[in-house]
Amino acid sequence: MRTPRLVILTSVAALVFGACAAQPATTPSAAAPTQVPATSETSAEPPPPSGPNAELTAALAGEYSGTTVEVLGQWIEAEGQAFDDSLASFRDATGINVVYSGISNYETVLNVRVDGGLAPDAAQLAQSGNMRAFQQDGKLVDLGAVLDLDTLTSEYSPGFIEAGSVDGALYGLYYKQDLKSIVWYPVQAFEAKGYQVPTTWDELVALSDQIVADGSNPWCTTIEHADASGWVATDWLEDILLRTAPPETYDKWIAHEIPFNDPAVLHAAEIMAEMWFTEGYVYGGNTRINATWVGDSQTPMFDEDGPKCWLHKQAAWIPDFWPKDNDGNALFTPGVDSSFFYFPPIDPQYGNPVLGGSDMFVMFNDRPEVRAFMQWLSTVDAVKDRVATGAFLAANNAVPAEWYTSYPMSGLAEIARDATVSRPDASDSMLKEVGQGTLWKAMVKWVSQNGEGTDAIFEEVEASWP
Amino acid sequence: MTAISLPERRAGPIVGRLASPGALLAAAGLFWIALQYLRDQAGLAGLLASIYGLVGLDDAAAALLEHGLDPVQGKLILAALAIAIGIGGVWLLFVGMNGVVDLLGTRFRERIRPYVFIGPAIVMLSIYLVFPAAATIFASLTDGGGIAENYGRAFDDPEFWIAIRNNVLWIVLGTGGSVGIGLLVAALTDRIKREALAKTFIFLPLAISMVGAAVIWRFMYAWQPPGETQIGLVNAAWTGLGNEAVPFVQTPALNTFALIVIMIWLQTGFAMVILSAALKGVSGEVLEAARMDGANEFQLFFKVVVPMISGTLLTVATTISIAILKVFDIVYVMTGGKFETEVIANRMFTEMFVFRDFGQASALAVILFVAVIPIMALNIRNLRRQGIGA
Repeated sequence: MRTPRLVILTSVAALVFGACAAQPATTPSAAAPTQVPATSETSAEPPPPSGPNAELTAALAGEYSGTTVEVLGQWIEAEGQAFDDSLASFRDATGINVVYSGISNYETVLNVRVDGGLAPDAAQLAQSGNMRAFQQDGKLVDLGAVLDLDTLTSEYSPGFIEAGSVDGALYGLYYKQDLKSIVWYPVQAFEAKGYQVPTTWDELVALSDQIVADGSNPWCTTIEHADASGWVATDWLEDILLRTAPPETYDKWIAHEIPFNDPAVLHAAEIMAEMWFTEGYVYGGNTRINATWVGDSQTPMFDEDGPKCWLHKQAAWIPDFWPKDNDGNALFTPGVDSSFFYFPPIDPQYGNPVLGGSDMFVMFNDRPEVRAFMQWLSTVDAVKDRVATGAFLAANNAVPAEWYTSYPMSGLAEIARDATVSRPDASDSMLKEVGQGTLWKAMVKWVSQNGEGTDAIFEEVEASWP
Repeated sequence: MTAISLPERRAGPIVGRLASPGALLAAAGLFWIALQYLRDQAGLAGLLASIYGLVGLDDAAAALLEHGLDPVQGKLILAALAIAIGIGGVWLLFVGMNGVVDLLGTRFRERIRPYVFIGPAIVMLSIYLVFPAAATIFASLTDGGGIAENYGRAFDDPEFWIAIRNNVLWIVLGTGGSVGIGLLVAALTDRIKREALAKTFIFLPLAISMVGAAVIWRFMYAWQPPGETQIGLVNAAWTGLGNEAVPFVQTPALNTFALIVIMIWLQTGFAMVILSAALKGVSGEVLEAARMDGANEFQLFFKVVVPMISGTLLTVATTISIAILKVFDIVYVMTGGKFETEVIANRMFTEMFVFRDFGQASALAVILFVAVIPIMALNIRNLRRQGIGA
């Protein structure tokens, strides 16, 4: 009598809670499947195709038509829709139904699903630290056997290949980059004052001094971003490190093959401190740096009495956060009201480095249609529609320059092409306990202390490396 | 444990006797069907389409079969299913099982019935509370670098000690503030004319989620550089009095107090409502007698009323302090634990979901658990003394 009751109750419990757990992940995207195919159709398997991008060729011949590939990512709303739209050409050409779900608190959901054995077929990751963690748990498919590595290394900058690899094996395919090495400035006010766009570090310092001498504050820098506060500071540190040390040092720094507080890093911090903590350089001083939300950093540049700050180092998404009118319409136009220049090099021997916050794709389930999808993602065809939207910079350098037709992407693509060194965000690539833990906290503390106690703070981060 | 005695049922005709096993079967069927539909989105779309077809919405049905569910429809149907299962299914289950018990001989009937009613709750608690708790303790001892590393690193980490310090501050000031102000308001509003209205205002924040409250207070505490318009209410008032704006959230030590204020704002309503009820329970004769003996109003309140409601005070205080010990949302939204505002629960979340260090996160969870035990024990003992619970 009791056993069946228990069984029922258990199934009730499993049902109710299973429903809760599964709900966010299975919320269909706009292009929800009208059927859910059995993914375990492994019987009567045809011989695996061979040769570079063999599965993609087979897929384009319609071989996997009717199968489904589930992709998870953190892009939602407009960006999620743009990505989903860009998949249409793949869906049409192959008949493979790629289902993309964008989830805002995506990290938690992805972790839960992977740990629960319900990993999506492929997922977008913004941080290679995540990729490393999944790889260590043995959850990822080695892309070396999936993608054509020769083509890949000729088309992508070496930095992206390295950052997508663990112990020499490729696990992450870079797809999109955000160039962080740019500085926004108010175009008309600049011209009115007769300021010149700086092309060297010395010119940048001279310009900053000039603005202070003219009674204003040059920099709009702020870093407040709730639990993610501090990342703007790490971007600066990384960009300066790439300009004052060889890229190998940067890579070793990420991998902790040199101490976190290596002299090269402390040197970069010293240069950064000059820009951040010199009296009068940053509008509102170190208090505003810590207290003002990242999206509001540049707002004083658009003050009706003229710019209260003149220079803002931030990636190309920042125009979305410029002041808007009460109906939410943009008041200022990128390229007209504010344009950007390349964050100048410091030491000529290190060329023109760029720092990119970048998104990659990883593969969890090894099935031919998923392989085909990953192979397709590595081609320029995959990003053609995204590039055409004018709000996308591909990680793939093989994308022709003329595809980028509008500002700011045209300008970014130019900087990306001129770049001699490209590196992904170090704090995103480091061990997460440090990169997004103690390092961010240390940056916030450093700002609180107005740049005092640099050595001690960097030593704390080094000591925090587990 | 006392047996629940239900009104004695007369054995009805055969149809009536079969009703309860029928209900049981219906419940099982409902759960099974719901499970199938939850697993299969397309099936769900098909079900909805056939319902549309039945009521004559053929176009809608065709569109549904063609394009599948949109997210809104999907969520609505999931919600409907959840309600059907949660209320209808569980009700059927209980009615059915109760009926089945009725079918048994009188000897077993009343002995079994309590277990039938308490059984589901125990099973649920075991699956979703007892088992995870045991698994967490196990993980904290074995996961990652094992017990030494998980606990060792927790205690070595300077942030951990900041978190402990802050948790103590939260408990002392947050609980003290909520209960103190709640008692004050309850006592002061006890004899005024528009008592309900006054209490409503204090009570309202309780309806706001912690995340919502934190977002609101981010605006309250907003800081702008000198010369700009202060958009934060607190700083607007403060600078209006001729002072310099204060970055409340970014200034260590001050910021923890600023965050505790949010919790007090949220919890005072709870304390007030319970304490107000307790105050009304104090017999007027006792107060009358105290006044006759020459007690002034202060003596009356602190020496007569407060001791009389001390049991309630203790219950409210322990309940609030358990909630406060687990505080996470406010800190996560306001500072993410930076500027020395770290608390244990946020530390645990970061270790678990950001750093993916299960062992370390479990160790912190266990530490938090151990810290809650004395307060819970106090609460339970207090409840027992009041004769609630056996």
